[in-house]
Amino acid sequence: MINTKNFTVFRRVFSVFIALLCSFVIIFLVSEEPVFAIVQLVTGPLRSVRNMSNVIETMIPLIFTGTGVCIMFSANQMNLACEGSFHLGGLVAAMCAIMLGLPPFISPVIAVAAAGICGAFYTSIPAVLKIKTGATELVSSLMLNYISLWLATYLMMRFIRDPGVGAASLPIPDSAALHALISGTRIHIGVIVAIGAAVLGELFLYRTKAGYEIRLVGENEAFARYSGINVVKVIFLSQLIGGLIAGIGGGIEILGPIYSRFSWTSLLGYGWDAVIICTLVKKKPLYTIPAALFLAYLRTGASIMARTTDVTLEIVQITQGIIIMLAVAEKFLEGYRMKLVEKEAKDNLKKGEVL
Amino acid sequence: MENDIILSLEHIMKIYLNGTVANEDVSFSLRRGEVHALLGENGAGKSTLMKILYGIENPTEGKIILKGRETTIKNSKEAISMGIGMVHQHFMLVPSLTAAENIVLGAVPKKWGIFIDKRTAVKEAEEIASTYHFNINVNEKVKNLSVGLKQKVEILKALYRGAEILIMDEPTAVLTPQETDELFVQLEKLKENGHTIIFISHKLDEIKQICDRATIMRRGRSMGTYEVSKISVEEMSRLMVGSELHTELKKSDDALGEVKVRVRDLQACDPLGVHKIQGIGFDVKGGEILGIAGVEGNGQAEVVEILTGLYKNYTGQVEISGQDTAPLSVKQIRKLRLSHIPEDRMQSGCAPSLSILDNLFSNQYDGSEYSGKYMLNRERMESRAEELREEYLIKCESCRQNVGMLSGGNIQKVIAARELSTEPVIIVANQPTRGVDIGASQFIRKRLIDYRNKGAAVILVSADLSELLSLSDRIAVMYKGKITGMFSETEGLKEEVIGQYMLGILHQKEAGGVES
Repeated sequence: MINTKNFTVFRRVFSVFIALLCSFVIIFLVSEEPVFAIVQLVTGPLRSVRNMSNVIETMIPLIFTGTGVCIMFSANQMNLACEGSFHLGGLVAAMCAIMLGLPPFISPVIAVAAAGICGAFYTSIPAVLKIKTGATELVSSLMLNYISLWLATYLMMRFIRDPGVGAASLPIPDSAALHALISGTRIHIGVIVAIGAAVLGELFLYRTKAGYEIRLVGENEAFARYSGINVVKVIFLSQLIGGLIAGIGGGIEILGPIYSRFSWTSLLGYGWDAVIICTLVKKKPLYTIPAALFLAYLRTGASIMARTTDVTLEIVQITQGIIIMLAVAEKFLEGYRMKLVEKEAKDNLKKGEVL
Repeated sequence: MENDIILSLEHIMKIYLNGTVANEDVSFSLRRGEVHALLGENGAGKSTLMKILYGIENPTEGKIILKGRETTIKNSKEAISMGIGMVHQHFMLVPSLTAAENIVLGAVPKKWGIFIDKRTAVKEAEEIASTYHFNINVNEKVKNLSVGLKQKVEILKALYRGAEILIMDEPTAVLTPQETDELFVQLEKLKENGHTIIFISHKLDEIKQICDRATIMRRGRSMGTYEVSKISVEEMSRLMVGSELHTELKKSDDALGEVKVRVRDLQACDPLGVHKIQGIGFDVKGGEILGIAGVEGNGQAEVVEILTGLYKNYTGQVEISGQDTAPLSVKQIRKLRLSHIPEDRMQSGCAPSLSILDNLFSNQYDGSEYSGKYMLNRERMESRAEELREEYLIKCESCRQNVGMLSGGNIQKVIAARELSTEPVIIVANQPTRGVDIGASQFIRKRLIDYRNKGAAVILVSADLSELLSLSDRIAVMYKGKITGMFSETEGLKEEVIGQYMLGILHQKEAGGVES
């Protein structure tokens, strides 16, 4: 039963449903074999172990950046530098793995830790610029993402380039690589770390003093200041932690079985996707797990559809776009909600409960 | 013509999106040329009803009948075209424009269809001011006008656009007693000119003085319409509140404690360099309430911000419990057991989109009672929140509900529960009962008295003079950043006298210093 309490959840699910419906309509308009394409999109990911594995692989980086963005946005900072943190995290982890020559176990741990520190440093730049100079974090973080791309490319070419191949690093040594947990798939230890990060992120935001401070600052800065909270410190900390998680995500991604070398010559977009996820889950890190799973499923389905039919992969972008528009449209379905509210209020009046 | 009904509202119901039933079943009618009081506590639904009449809100159910015809009013533009004008409690004026420009705003006279005809604007504004005998210089910028004059501009604006029915939302709340008298003379003149006035208020003596009839509202229902001359103040109050509220506020006569707040030679500028506080000093001892009166904007807000550590750009000396506060952060000052009820509850008093629970602990979450080194003790917070909810009579479904869903009075109770449950030694309360219903107001006032009797030093800033007089042991009046009057005896002190100090007509020579 839909009521005023679960209305928000209903609206989210309904947005997703409408977005899918729109995509189906578009598929019908452009495709020679629309029914087959839709079947591929919807059931493709379940059809083989490999496809299911693809879903999980795609989910891992999304959970990391999604959790990072949830924490950063909770302080009401529209910092988009997660994208750069993820990218540089990947580069730094690859550099550590290739250049340090550490033994197994220690090598991936050090590489991922370095990636996290680098990511934290990167997202804290817009925060520092905002605190010290008043620069809007939205603009500065967007610009920083381009810098991260070319900085990473430069460092890769300068220090770890493989002269034998084009724009790619030397292979990542076996001592640092994260191997598949289940044979026949590419699911690696990252899935456990990612879920752990989301759970810890949730605990951090809703169960710790620091998390409470972040939420207070994010929801009403004047109130936080009045309560005696050091707003500057809290903003800085939240951006640091968000970047840390995104950086770790980048490091784990590059050491995983999908990549054998650092070969990212464009931004991968997981930072952007994280904003979608954060919007869908209303800044609740725990819910990034199902949201990332959904997005990963959709992407895997779309890539199967693109491989087997005449519909291109970009259809996913349309679906995502519609979901976000409807999710942020506060007044979407408001008339329906008003009816629910009126009905419940009138029922309460009849029962004589006056709040 | 006496019984000519110009407007009637029938069975109005209004439910807001957050589920609040603001009007349950309200009917009332207006005779042409009367001053009709709409009387009720805050939260009784008066403002909602007027918003419906002025087209700001649409009714869920019910009919509006204007001059015998049923109408719908979709927006305020339509309301204005039907001859309904509204004088808002918080003025809707552009401070940087002149009075004349504000008066014609929305119906500006134009030259050749595109250029603003300033000369005609000034002429027309002057004409309308003189028609109604409003003594005002229309060429003055609104920001340089006093509150009373700003209100006149607001009234003239409505009249200029042809208002026959004038809604006045708590017009006396911001006025001194002298300005109120002047307003009443003006309202009489408007009445003579055939205007009908809806006068929203909860001050019964004013209603007795100026209104012909009164419709009394309680909890979203109308309790009937009465001839003001035929109903007693007691009866009105009973209908409004439901039961006669006579909570005697008992003050004990214990000896005063030591000085808890000490201010000397305080001066401060706002960020734009305007002098807001120009050399004031006072002491507050444990066990007393110092009331601060003054027209809004005369430095009271700045004093509160400096005392609580929110504003640091000052010279002079401020000591809380013997400690100089200049180097202390807000948190460190709060650690000296200072509590602060802020002036604007939505702006800085709460986070509307967080739960009641989260809002109850913003000043004490890091105390050893509710947290360890890093983690919060949610269980203890939850059980304490339930206790506070009962003790402070916060009406809600659960403490997990967002604060923004509550009514204004209940939000204020959440803030009071948070600030007054920490056993404070110093309480700085800025307009603690503004916009709060009588029951909750009495409750908060009683709490302040309780703490005073327990030996806390209380500083109470309030625009409600009767509240100040009934609670304070001493009253300081602020005018243009100075203390112009300090009254160590409130017994027998008249509101009119305070009013004259508030307006700067009277001032004591030595008030700014500290009496020995």
